[in-house]
Amino acid sequence: MDGELGPLGAEPATRSIPLTVAIIDPRHAAKQQIYERLFRAATLSAAVLVLLILGGVALSLLQGAWPALHRFGLHFVTSEVWNPVTDKFGALAAIYGTLVTSAIAMAIAVPAGFGIALFLTELCPPVLKRPIGVAVELLAAVPSIIFGIWGLFVLAPVLQRHVQPWLIEHLGPLPAVGRLFQGPPFGIGILTAGIVLAIMVLPFIAATMRDVFDTVPAMLKESGYGLGATTWEVIWNVVVPHSRAGIVGGVMLGLGRALGETMAVTFVIGNAHRISVSLLAPGTTISSAIANEFTEAVGDLYTSSLIALGLLLFLITFSVIAAAQAMLRRLERRALTSI
Amino acid sequence: MSRRGFRKLKNGLFLGLSMVATAAGLAALGAILFTLITHGLAGLSPRLFTQMTPVPNSAQPGGLLNAIFGSAVMTAIGILVGGPIGVLAGTYLSEYGRNSRLSTAVRFINDVLLSAPSIIIGLFIYEIVVVPMGHFSALAGAFSLAVLAIPVTLRTTEDMLNLVPAGMKDSSAALGAHPWRTTISILYPAARSGIVTGLLLAVARISGETAPLLFTALNKQFWSTNLAEPMANLPVVIFQFALSPYAEWQQLAWAGALLITVTILVLSVAARMLLAVLYRQSGGGR
Amino acid sequence: MLKIMKHCGVAALSLGALAALGAEDITGAGATFPYPIYAKWADAYKKLSGVGINYQSIGSGGGIKQIKAKTVTFGASDMPLKPDELKAAGLLQFPMIIGGVVPVVNIKGIGPGQLHLDGATVASIYLGEITQWSDARIKKLNPKLNLPGTAIAPVYRSDGSGTNFLFSDYLSKESPKFSSSIGANTSVQWPMGIGAKGNEGVANMTRQTDGAIGYVEYAYAKQNQMAYATLTNKAGGVVEPNAESFQAAAASADWAKADSYYLILTDQAGAKSWPITGASFILVYRQPTDPNAVLAALKFFNWAYQNGGEMAASLDYVPLPAPLIAQVRKTWSTEISAGGKPVWTGS
Repeated sequence: MDGELGPLGAEPATRSIPLTVAIIDPRHAAKQQIYERLFRAATLSAAVLVLLILGGVALSLLQGAWPALHRFGLHFVTSEVWNPVTDKFGALAAIYGTLVTSAIAMAIAVPAGFGIALFLTELCPPVLKRPIGVAVELLAAVPSIIFGIWGLFVLAPVLQRHVQPWLIEHLGPLPAVGRLFQGPPFGIGILTAGIVLAIMVLPFIAATMRDVFDTVPAMLKESGYGLGATTWEVIWNVVVPHSRAGIVGGVMLGLGRALGETMAVTFVIGNAHRISVSLLAPGTTISSAIANEFTEAVGDLYTSSLIALGLLLFLITFSVIAAAQAMLRRLERRALTSI
Repeated sequence: MSRRGFRKLKNGLFLGLSMVATAAGLAALGAILFTLITHGLAGLSPRLFTQMTPVPNSAQPGGLLNAIFGSAVMTAIGILVGGPIGVLAGTYLSEYGRNSRLSTAVRFINDVLLSAPSIIIGLFIYEIVVVPMGHFSALAGAFSLAVLAIPVTLRTTEDMLNLVPAGMKDSSAALGAHPWRTTISILYPAARSGIVTGLLLAVARISGETAPLLFTALNKQFWSTNLAEPMANLPVVIFQFALSPYAEWQQLAWAGALLITVTILVLSVAARMLLAVLYRQSGGGR
Repeated sequence: MLKIMKHCGVAALSLGALAALGAEDITGAGATFPYPIYAKWADAYKKLSGVGINYQSIGSGGGIKQIKAKTVTFGASDMPLKPDELKAAGLLQFPMIIGGVVPVVNIKGIGPGQLHLDGATVASIYLGEITQWSDARIKKLNPKLNLPGTAIAPVYRSDGSGTNFLFSDYLSKESPKFSSSIGANTSVQWPMGIGAKGNEGVANMTRQTDGAIGYVEYAYAKQNQMAYATLTNKAGGVVEPNAESFQAAAASADWAKADSYYLILTDQAGAKSWPITGASFILVYRQPTDPNAVLAALKFFNWAYQNGGEMAASLDYVPLPAPLIAQVRKTWSTEISAGGKPVWTGS
């Protein structure tokens, strides 16, 4: 059945009856029609299944979260209290942690990814381009739990012993910025989680930006050089504006990933349902709260509150990823229709 | 400083920074791999594959056999269930519904699912499989992995099928073949390596997932082949052991982490090599 | 293509066959407090009888949830459920083993048993009122120790746990401020510090973090040679955590009078009593849907009562006194039934 293709392309690759016979002989034609309908139905149902899965996810989350949402209403999103004893739950601490760790991750990964993409497309000697590109993408293949244990056993002690005391001593006393660096050096906490997330998200952003930079027509860049612009000026004034949609799309995809990341964060976030101004304090994120507490939550309201957290995460990541995909598709279509 | 000199300085500065960024990225990768190798190698020995996960402070150092088996079984079922669904759906998008509204919607939703947090999928499978079944099970774990495998295979299959030269499809249609016959006899063989790449990437993706298995397959300290019960698996074992205070557990966690990472890296490299072969074939064979 | 599909089909069928042949293990889940001893017992029991007891230590809260959801055969909790809650859920609880929770610290130069604390001081630490190890209040209790000025990093249980319950119950008894602002429960809102999962997580986090203080079941402290602290008990004496002091606390307990075995052993009277002692409980259904599984579990528990004492002692757990074991067996035969007949018919 796996027929070999001839040098001209398609050959009737079946060892049963030739196709021409199928058309002439009505019996075979009828069978072919049935197979066609079956195959089409199979592929169609598979495609529809994808829609059903997403619909199912949304529905089951909504159903599970309903008791908590009904009880707390909007207060769920604005309250910091997370008290299983009094059965009062609020998502604010988790939302805060998710947003702040992702913000730190983006603040580190976007410039770094931009730098890597720049290096790979403009500066890198062609010999090294492939291996370095592969190395960066290998970072993306490492499972997130590895980042988690690396963060806990290697990064956290380094931060606790060397970096955090330095930050507390030198940046702590400063007037406004200082409030971000207060407190005992735990080693783990929001800043550590942000750094680990940054390393996790970096390869995606770098790869997307590199692919986007690569699609810029050489002619545009050459025009810039022809006018006497430096490499940096060409990048900043020609490549970046041209790839704007792709850059934003890639960044938002990275953001979507950072918002939803569980394992890398759970190890180093410190599991504290509190909002602290200091970046050195422990906190919690939506996904690590669910991962830590779901199997042990006793009581319907507790479980429902955790699923409500999941629903919030779903809504947040869905909007970010959907917007990113829309932008990237726009870029793809433009690239297909441009020169 | 002249305007020209200032511009040159800025250029040098930013290009220098980009080199620093690349070095930092490579350093991070190096640091992680280095830690993984040094900690993991110490625990690497044949008994990883012959003994079960141990209880704390037991006479035997123990191994990871039940966890490796469980991961292999659940990944296999996950790809056996999710792979065909993804391939079929990708076929639909490429063959039948190139521009229909349904296809646009499916593509869009698929891309969302591709980047969705896996913990949400775990919660979903918990609600529809674990709760009705009454207990955790390896089957639930396998289903959550299947759901995670579908978007990867769908995307790759559609892209690879689209790459097949239109001429081949037209020739087959001209001979009177129905689309199903064209697809099975012409397109699948032509896009074979691409589809296999997609399956490899999907396997690489699902073998490292921890969060969904936490609420579906749970874990087990013994050997088990029963799909309707909790089953040991590498990621959850690593999660549990790494956070424990027992030295031998932590060593097993590192060894397991090294095993998973090496497997996934090998799969990813194999997928890329296949893709390179395919690229050369389609690009050079024109 | 078809060849590949054929191979896949064969693989799927054989996996299915394998699955059907799989043996049934008994699953239980709950407290991390007794996990070291339950795991040791399960290991020995499997070698003897071939029956696997798969115990997942996910925290007392998790154990209660799983048994209520009927996803496990037995649950394990360090906090006893109240009699009316048990009745409402149709559950039966009985004590399995007794152990002690100890405070552990990670301070440079301080070894096991060197640091001495009391309930009020520990409560102040967890309330955030004492922030450095060199604080005067700690110095007062340890005049001979050289305490560094390291910042205190309190570590607490982030998951619902009976260990949490025992510890917060003790602190509530020792500090009115703690009692009113935090209270005692399996999961409380700690005002500051780092959360870790399970006894294992707290032990690990404490070991990793300079200046940390945490609270773990004694087996964890002993197995990992952690620096535990001594406490002042209700009678005013300074006690070390060990089988003796746990037993002293358990000795004064009157189990016969406790309804559904609801008894909390913290802050017991007695010169030698360890103030944070507690029993760990097993939860099963009075009318189980799978009586064979429950019977298999009861056989395991019975074996542990009879033969597990030495293993328990090696980890400094305290086995139940003989009259209590007899009382529990009687409860099994009278309270657990299926289809009108008692499940436990042994002695």
